[in-house]
Amino acid sequence: MIEFRQVTKRYDSDHTALRQVNFHLNRGELAFLTGHSGAGKSTLLKLIMVMERPTAGEVLVGGQRLNSMPRRQIPYIRRHIGVVFQNHQLLFDRTVFDNVAMPLHVTGASPDAIGRRVRAALDKVGLLSKEKMNPMQLSGGEQQRVGIARAVVNKPPVLLADEPTGNLDPELSADIMQLFTQFSQVGVTVLIASHDIGLINDMGRRTLTLDHGELVAGGTPWGEQHGL
Amino acid sequence: MASEPRRKPDNPRGANQSRQAPTTQARSYLDHHRQVARDAARRLTSSPVATLMTWAVMGIALALPVGLLLLLASLKGVSAGWENSARITAYVAMDTPVAEARAMASEIGQDGRIQSVQVIDRDQALSEFRESSGLGNVLDFLEGNPLPHTLLVTPEESARTADGVEALVTFIRGMDGIERVQVDLGWLQRLNTLADILARAAWALSLLLAAAVVLVIGNTVRLAIENRRDEILVAKLVGGTDAFVRRPFLYTGAWFGLGGGIVAWLLVQGSFWWLNGPIEKLAALYQSDFSLQGPGFSGALALIGFAMVLGWLGAWVAVKRHMDDIDPGDIAGG
Repeated sequence: MIEFRQVTKRYDSDHTALRQVNFHLNRGELAFLTGHSGAGKSTLLKLIMVMERPTAGEVLVGGQRLNSMPRRQIPYIRRHIGVVFQNHQLLFDRTVFDNVAMPLHVTGASPDAIGRRVRAALDKVGLLSKEKMNPMQLSGGEQQRVGIARAVVNKPPVLLADEPTGNLDPELSADIMQLFTQFSQVGVTVLIASHDIGLINDMGRRTLTLDHGELVAGGTPWGEQHGL
Repeated sequence: MASEPRRKPDNPRGANQSRQAPTTQARSYLDHHRQVARDAARRLTSSPVATLMTWAVMGIALALPVGLLLLLASLKGVSAGWENSARITAYVAMDTPVAEARAMASEIGQDGRIQSVQVIDRDQALSEFRESSGLGNVLDFLEGNPLPHTLLVTPEESARTADGVEALVTFIRGMDGIERVQVDLGWLQRLNTLADILARAAWALSLLLAAAVVLVIGNTVRLAIENRRDEILVAKLVGGTDAFVRRPFLYTGAWFGLGGGIVAWLLVQGSFWWLNGPIEKLAALYQSDFSLQGPGFSGALALIGFAMVLGWLGAWVAVKRHMDDIDPGDIAGG
């Protein structure tokens, strides 16, 4: 579902964010992405979301090469990628419902479908009763769950999370991880960037470790990827 | 929700939406437009003072050239009316017999540029003069008739231009037995030239003020874009196309235009109403039925439509310049 082939990202001549990264995540796989800060975690996520383009190598999502993707196609790719942020990026000028509905609005879904999907997503994260509230009235954990509901409301095949538990206590973090596990069980490819080593170890999942832009663990060498 | 098993899990497009019938899609597209338009209007009314001020600025900027252009159109109407009645008056030499004058008239009448020639013999001229001038008693003191025979020459329509009339005057003046040729178009030409100059100035002014309107709206919309930065970021993140992100601001611009157009129309209509009384009085003194012509219904519609296009254009400029600055990459950092 997500494949990196010899991906290098250089921002300018002396700063290389990623060096020849190779890995392949299958459908329904849940993996962590870890590494010290500045190791290239965010760059890697940005490449998947086509916020950045690789300097060399290829990024494939759902079999589509993102390198050659024309700019106007990018929104359509993003519709297939749910993203959860550490600071959840909720809009405080509208209700929880309207926040979660945004990915559906951009696709031009009918009000009926929007109502159904949004409530299903809120139900999934246990916030159905708070749909009419302003996200400002919610706790940090609840806000993060609204962010997750928004990320999955579109039923994307790929879910990315950038430090989704960064601001949460361990109990809430475990809840959130539980949610991500459930999504992966129904076939969503989940990639979670985190430096919460304890949490990662508890989960016992595949972990991609970046060190100064190089993938030092959890990746697959180029040959192994293609010798199958 | 993701808890349902997906049908085509490996096809990234399949995960997006269940397929909708084209009519449903078209309807939801229209619904979306209506909703965005309504939302944009609501945002404007939620800050009424700022909105009214923008409308006023736009209205004044549009009313000025529109009023000027309408005034010029009214002036053109006057001169067109006069041009249509342009006639050349040729005075035959004093001692020419009537018969000869009539012969000259028919000779002139044969020219292709002449529509008709009317002969007013000197007796007829005197009696007309006596009636219209009220100087009957004075005329009685004169020994003879001081008036010559007169030929009233009406040119063909095609010859009723300044140049055409000029040529005719030269032609008639060149004939034997014609004493004097008179055509009272001088002031009309001056008026026309003046109107032409004013028209050019008005168009230049229109252009400048239209540009000013675009800039004003552009700046206002730029502020709106800044205020909704987060929303734009999120919309881009969840796969909103550029058109989707742009749309609310274009509607905002169009609504600014609508309000500005209406204000401009009110200003034009109001000032014309206010000016028309004195102007008609003045025109009556010159025996003219000149009056200011307002924009009328279709003119008002055109004005408002044009204002909306300007507003839309201003918004478009702002969106074009500032939307790309808002890059979702900024918030994925860390």
